[in-house]
Amino acid sequence: MNWITNYVRPRINSIFSRRETPENLWQKCDECGSMLFHRELSDNLNVCTNCGHHMAISPRARFGALFDGGVFAEVAVPEPVADPLHFRDQKKYPDRMKAAQKATGEKEAMLVATGEMGRTPIVAAAQDFSFMGGSMGMYVGNAIIAAAQQAVKLKRPLILFSAAGGARMQEGILSLMQMPRTTVAVQMLKEAGLPYIVVLTHPTTGGVTASYAMLGDVHIAEPGALICFAGPRVIEQTIRETLPDGFQRAEYLLDHGMLDRVTPRMQLRDELIAITRMLLGLAPPVKGDLPAPDKTEAAAADPGKAPGPADKPAGDAGENTPK
Amino acid sequence: MTHYLDFEKPLAEIEGKAEELRALARGNAEMDVSDAARALDAKAAALLDDLYKSLTPWRKCQVARHPERPHCRDYIEALFTEFTPLAGDRNFADDHAVMGGLARFDDRPVVVIGHEKGSDTKSRIERNFGMARPEGYRKAIRLMQLADRFNLPVVTLVDTPGAYPGKGAEERGQSEAIARSTETCLRIGVPLVSVIVGEGGSGGAVAFATANRVAMLEHAVYSVITPEGCASILWKDAEKMREAAEAMRLTAQELKKLDVIDAIIPEPRGGAHRDPGAAIAAVGKSIAAMLKDLDGKSRAQLVKDRRAKFLDMGSKGLAA
Ligand SMILES: [Zn+2]
Repeated sequence: MNWITNYVRPRINSIFSRRETPENLWQKCDECGSMLFHRELSDNLNVCTNCGHHMAISPRARFGALFDGGVFAEVAVPEPVADPLHFRDQKKYPDRMKAAQKATGEKEAMLVATGEMGRTPIVAAAQDFSFMGGSMGMYVGNAIIAAAQQAVKLKRPLILFSAAGGARMQEGILSLMQMPRTTVAVQMLKEAGLPYIVVLTHPTTGGVTASYAMLGDVHIAEPGALICFAGPRVIEQTIRETLPDGFQRAEYLLDHGMLDRVTPRMQLRDELIAITRMLLGLAPPVKGDLPAPDKTEAAAADPGKAPGPADKPAGDAGENTPK
Repeated sequence: MTHYLDFEKPLAEIEGKAEELRALARGNAEMDVSDAARALDAKAAALLDDLYKSLTPWRKCQVARHPERPHCRDYIEALFTEFTPLAGDRNFADDHAVMGGLARFDDRPVVVIGHEKGSDTKSRIERNFGMARPEGYRKAIRLMQLADRFNLPVVTLVDTPGAYPGKGAEERGQSEAIARSTETCLRIGVPLVSVIVGEGGSGGAVAFATANRVAMLEHAVYSVITPEGCASILWKDAEKMREAAEAMRLTAQELKKLDVIDAIIPEPRGGAHRDPGAAIAAVGKSIAAMLKDLDGKSRAQLVKDRRAKFLDMGSKGLAA
């Protein structure tokens, strides 16, 4: 019922040919085991229509749902030195990178974009768990810095969707150094007086949690997301006891004061619009889906590339607005 | 009683023999073993030089974790005067894995903060083996803010296996505490210098070492995860820690090439544990040099330089 999947993803003509997801008729929910009609699932932003389990969603699909009319312009991320440590485990790092690029059709584990969300101009960044576990290396650091710089330049809030198993092991100490680097990026936003909203999605763990993901003005998590520094298995091995049910899940963190809210994905956009507009002192939002702005970000950023269509049917996102 | 590391076994034999000879001679006045014992000493010294001249990354991890290596407390006692510990995070507890307080360094008042691992079973347990809980980072944040308000330089001594993977630590917001500590390091308008004296383990280390100047002892290590942890993730076998240590570039020498650290502090022959006094003195000299280097910089300049340093980090990688 949702409009997003019916529309062209903008900027798909990147240097990597994006492989179309095979249109499987059915997909199984990894939580309740229900067989879900693929189309129905993507209309519901990959949230199980039976049990409400939140499955992974790609940054592009997320941005498609987040930005008005699904239109956004990608922010260029400075290219870091490839394989800075000449890292070899059982595979070479460059080979792992190539495999991840082929599997995802993406260049790296974070996508940064500008656009409008409920007619509110924003910068957004989303981490891609399907790309080497969303791991944080130099590229992800550069992406967050680029996102913050763009936000400061355009005087817009930054909304960041985190998802990562932690540091990019193959970049060793340089992955660790993304903790201070991304923290500088957050400081740029704060000093410019711009809202920085973090949406923690499943999973957000390790050094990512211990840096930019925990420094937001507002922390919102998706239901059931695992959010931690040390993972549950490591803890169980250390303390030799079984952890309580729901330990380190979003709801548990909410109870322990680490989050402001836990919000289902289908309600997230409206909530983000409401919060950013209040923080920015803007008028109340227009409810529901909005068409792409007349002069689209994508067109403005790169006139050679066609943005997604601007027209769209009335969606049902408005029905999810908490009343 | 010297604690020998596995690769020091041949050394243990030679030193053991020299010791035996001397013990024998003590019981027998007519025996003259001095030449033989001296020859063994020379052999041991040569072997020690040889072993430590080219330690593999994994061996460096072992040296960095050596139980007799000088720890934060030893450095504070020897290098600082009037050390006045300040305790607590004003919220939940005082974390004994983190030492901190006011002190004088070369008569100059400073705030000193560091991880303390403990030196015997009792103190190791009390110090939680140098693994801080959220309260440790929050105490450090408080002390850094105190230093900032009163314009005192901050000296941090890093020696931790990493943050404590415990239930309570997670519940009380370990991630947030580490993030805030790193953030505070980047915010304060006073000189911040850091020395990695043993293990620089992951986020627990970064939380203190996001400094204007970072020095590292010759055989210290600094990494995103322990080699055992890395091996179990990437090799699916924790026993591959030698390979992991190699791949991770966690030695002072490689980190200097990457510009992650600014200086390497030489260790005495056979590592800091063989001559703690010499190691401590060398660290003292390095702290003095780093502080001097930052003298006269304005508050704004200190913050700007620190941020620029970390933003630039990693821009060149290791030379091909
Ligand atoms: Zn389900």
